[in-house]
Parts: sequence; C-alpha cells; structure tokens
Amino acid sequence: MKEMTYRDALREGMDEELARDENVVIIGEEVAQYDGAYKVTKGLWKKWGDKRIVDTPISEAAFIGMGVGASMLGVRPVMELMFWSFHSVAFDQLVNNAANVRYMSGGQINCPIVVRGPANGGTNVGATHSHVPEAIFASMPGLKIVSPATPEDAKGLIKTAIRDNDPVYVMESTILYGMTGEVPEDDDFTIPLGVAKIEREGKDISLIAHGGSVAHALAAAEELAEKHNIDAEVINLRSIRPLDQDAIIKSVMKTNRAVIVDESKPFCGVSAQLITLIQEYAFDYLDAPVGRVCTIDAPAIYSPHIENEQLPNKKRIIEKVLTSV
Amino acid sequence: MAKPAKKPSKKDFSKDPINKGLTPEQKVAFYRDMVRIRHFEMAALKQYNKGKIGGFLHLYNGQESIAVGSASLMGDHDHMITAYRDHGHGLSVGMNMNECMAELLGKIDGCSKGKGGSMHFFAPDKNYWGGHGIVGGQTPLGLGLAYGVKYLEQEGCCLCYLGDGAINQGAFHESLNMASLMDLPVVYIIENNGYSMGTTQERSSSAPEYLAKRAEGYNMEWDVVNGENIYELRAKLNEVMERARKESKPTLLEIDTYRYYGHSVADANHRDGYREVEEIELHKKNHDPIILFRDVLIKEGVLNEDSVKQIDKSAKAEANDAVKFADASPAPTVEDISKDVYWEVDNKTEAAQNGRYFFND
Repeated sequence: MKEMTYRDALREGMDEELARDENVVIIGEEVAQYDGAYKVTKGLWKKWGDKRIVDTPISEAAFIGMGVGASMLGVRPVMELMFWSFHSVAFDQLVNNAANVRYMSGGQINCPIVVRGPANGGTNVGATHSHVPEAIFASMPGLKIVSPATPEDAKGLIKTAIRDNDPVYVMESTILYGMTGEVPEDDDFTIPLGVAKIEREGKDISLIAHGGSVAHALAAAEELAEKHNIDAEVINLRSIRPLDQDAIIKSVMKTNRAVIVDESKPFCGVSAQLITLIQEYAFDYLDAPVGRVCTIDAPAIYSPHIENEQLPNKKRIIEKVLTSV
Repeated sequence: MAKPAKKPSKKDFSKDPINKGLTPEQKVAFYRDMVRIRHFEMAALKQYNKGKIGGFLHLYNGQESIAVGSASLMGDHDHMITAYRDHGHGLSVGMNMNECMAELLGKIDGCSKGKGGSMHFFAPDKNYWGGHGIVGGQTPLGLGLAYGVKYLEQEGCCLCYLGDGAINQGAFHESLNMASLMDLPVVYIIENNGYSMGTTQERSSSAPEYLAKRAEGYNMEWDVVNGENIYELRAKLNEVMERARKESKPTLLEIDTYRYYGHSVADANHRDGYREVEEIELHKKNHDPIILFRDVLIKEGVLNEDSVKQIDKSAKAEANDAVKFADASPAPTVEDISKDVYWEVDNKTEAAQNGRYFFND
C-alpha cells in the first residue's frame, strides 16, 4: 500500500492502462499540454506523446462523439469532461450514441469508452458548473456509472472502467482530488463494478452514500457514535449502475434503519431508486421510514456563505439520523 | 423557391481513370444495385401502407446513385455511416434484402433483431455503422471512425453522409473544425435533396450558393457533385477518398440530388405543399439516376432492352421474396427486450457477475 491523493490515483490508474493497452488514448480539453484543468493528467503527455494524450478544442459534442465512433472500431478512448456539468452540450452523443448503439444494432456493436470528470457542488461555481448527473445517466440502460469516494476507489475503478467493454461514466469530485489515502501498489489492482464497500460497520442505522457524500457520512457516523451513542454503518456504493443491491439490503436487514446520503437532487435522484429497492426488498425489516439527505432542491447556489448548507454535510446527516432512530 | 434542376456534368467522367477500367460486369452491378434499392423501397412502401411497418419510413428513391457509387469505391479500411435515410446505403455495402425487410417489419431476423427499425440499419462486418435517427448526430461518430482508422494506422477513410438540413446542426460544425484541425480522413457528404423536411434550402440555410462552401471557414477542401451521374460521383469521390487515405485530409462534398417521396412517407405536404408536383415529375423524367445510367449503358452496349427487363424483374422478385421472408420471421420476444444492452452481460463475462443491471422489479 502507498499513500497518494485521489488525483494521483486516477492518473496512476490511467498511466498503467496506457502502458497495458496501446489502444487506450486520453482525449479532452487541456488534458495534454496544459496537464489537465485539474491536473489529473499531469505529466502524461510528456510521457506518452501526442498520439496517446490528445487535446481537443472546446467542442464537447464533437469530441465525445468522436470517442464513441473510435470506440466502435476498437480504440479505447478515455474522454475527460472538464466538468460533468458540460454533459448537456454532448447529451446526444452520450446517450443516443454511446448508450443506444449496441441495442439499436441488435448487439453488433459495443462502445468501450470511458467518460470521466468531476461531478460535484461545493466549489462556489454556480448552477451551470455544479451538476451531479449520476441519476440522469444511470437512468439510461446501456451505460455504467461509477463514483469513486477514495483514492483506492479512484485507482481501482478507473482501471476497471478502462478495461470494461461497455461505456462507463466515471463521476469524480474536485473536492476529493486532494484527498489522500492508502492505495494498493499492484499494477493489476482493480475494483469490480457492482460491488459496494462497507466503509464502517455498525448496527443501528445504514448510511448509504457514494462519491463525495461518503466522507460526510463517515464524519457523521463518528459524531453519532461519540455524542449520541448511535452505531452507524456506512456503505460506499462505488458503482451506481450496476448497483450492489445485495449489500444495501443486507445492511438494512441488519440495522433496520437507513438514511441515504446523495448529492443528487431529491426528485428522481439516486436516493429515490435506492428507497424504492429498500421498500421492496426490506419492507418488513424497517423500523422507521427511510430518510435521505440530498442537495436542497434548487439550482446550485453560488454564495460561498451558504453553498455547503445546500449540500449533504455532517450536520444535516446527523439531524436526519436523529429523526430516524 | 423550388429546387432547381441539377446542373449537367461539364465533362465526360466516364473517361476518368476510376471509371475507364470498369468492366461491363461492374457497370451492370452498379445499375442492378440501384434498381434493387428502388424495388426494395417500393416494396417497403407497400408494406408500410398495409400497416406492417411501424414508425417512420424515409425512402431513398431518386438518390440511389450516391450510395451505390460510393460503396463501389470502398476498400477494407473504408467506413460508411449515415442518417435515417439509410436503406440504400445498407444494400449498397452488401446487406441483403431479407435482413433489411425483416428489420422494417420488426422481426427477429432483421439486421438489428427488430430493435432498430428503419432508421437504424447496421452492418459493422461490412464497415457500415448505421443508420442514425438524430439529424447531424452521426457526424461526430463519422469523425470518430476516421480517428479510429488513423489511430490504428490503417489506410482508409470514413464516408459520413448527412442531409442538407443537418448542416445547420452545431455538432456538425464542431466536427468539421476538428476534422480539419486534426487532419482526419473523413469525407462528409451532404446529400442535398433540396428540402430540410418541408423547408427549402433558402429558408433553412444562409448559404449564398453552395452549402459545401462552408468548408472554407474550416480550411477544408470542398466540391459539388451532380448526383444523377454515377460516373461523375465516382470520379470526384474517389479523388477525395484518396486524399483522405493518403494525406489524411478531410473534404466536404455536396451532392446535388432529389427525393421523389416525402421526408418520410408520413409527409403528405411534399406534393403540392412545399413543392409542386411538376417539380417532382421533372426530376423523375429528366434527372433520374437509374434511367440516366441505363441509357448510358445501353449506348455503351453494356445493357440492352432484354437485360434491363431481366434486371428489373429479378430485383422486383428479390424484394417480394424479402417480404415473404420478413413475414415468416418471428417477432422478438419479451425476453429479447433485455438483451443487447450491455456487452459484458450478453457475453456473461466475469465483469458482469456483480451488482444489478436492470431494475424492472
């Protein structure tokens, strides 16, 4: 194991996959000569050169579509969206083409493409740059959605995503890029899609989270133990689709209570799907309604004074848990 | 303003090197393929009118020379991708009528197992990548196919077709810029039939004369082709395909053509609505690519009245047999709905062993 940042873990994962497979190519705005807008691809262009690390103009529709088209021929593009918020200008390519082409061709085509980038609020960049679109894309059959919460997740999931033969959309977080943590040193370390991780075992309530919300859930769990004598279990979903339903249901059957922590908006967000599954598969085990802490239901506010209050945070999670136990 | 008649070819393209060496058999094959497309479309229309085809049906009648002429130039590493008027392209690259008709009828033996329909024909084994329903949405994919050819260091190119309405989509302009900037071997081919659904070119495009001239803004070569003349089409297209393959340079070609039916067959306004019946009749009479090529081949002594009749009869029979095949093919089942969504799931790989993929109950 070695200690590294989430950012470095992503880069190391991509670097190893670039070495493993000559068809892996990294494409996006500022990924090469500028070293990445958030420096995730730092040094890769110098190491791998123009063919493998490719800068594009600010044309998300064209370059995402280009990646999809190239992937149909067997190239394995790893596309960076500077922000997942920019999905809206490439939506036709991300959905109609990447998600649907296999189906519409009766299974003749597959798209081994990865689209990655940050998808989070909390950086005071206003509503246009703070979208958290996991649920939008997870609602499209044909796509796989992962959301790394730790440096270990970042490395293991980006490598799995690159090796996968379907489109995998990796939703990262600018806030997590500087987070440090232990990461296995094995070149072949991967994390399977569809397997959640129990980050903290507990017996009183299940806190189910993904991406940046996992750290908030863990912080809340510590305080709940110290100040309220509540032993919370924290589940890091890692992948949204495929979804580790068994881990969720098993945990809820054990704790009999659940709060979903999800940076999506509440309406049709990831939390809505999880609650549907819990009521369907663990109804008789529930001792309280399933609660959720989502982003407050409005476009992302700019004000640095208040933005963190709009997002899931330790305080809001504890308040919600206290109403459930 | 009505769509003007095509400008006659200025020179004799039959003498162009790419056409000069054609054998009589090859020429007859071009003619036969155009006739096959025409009969396939007529048979499809008949099935549509019987209520056997769902959704939309965009017929290719009048534009056959374009798909046939271009497919005739494709080598192992050349690729084709188009929009929703895609039957002619599919048949031109060698898809058979049975799988195409079965797809229209929504049957399991269709090229896409009845999951794509009229607008979504695919034959990747023949380098044919669809068949795309969103106007202009295929243009970045065409860019990507060209990128793939270049990345894999193959000598080839991508032919990416779009209609005259699609040229006003943003994704297309982004693609033109990137094709030129990155020196990608893509040939964008505007099949200009004069109407963006029911809107004439002058009401949809701020182009002084040629739509393809917009390429100049992207530092890209462009040309205009009289689509009724398959020799001209092959000569001009061959030149730009060679430039793409050898120099990795893109081109924007505008092919002047005409469609006899509406935007789709549900477009009732195409006769004496946004265009006059006389205009349609004029194109059918004087500018039909099949009739014109038939006359050329008769003059060259390659075809005669009997062989023309025979080709027509055999294409019609092939289309009728395709209808029989499609009728006999079973429909997909409810179980089939959930197949062909994820490669890893379909192939039961280790990667697909964990987690839930479908959320039906």
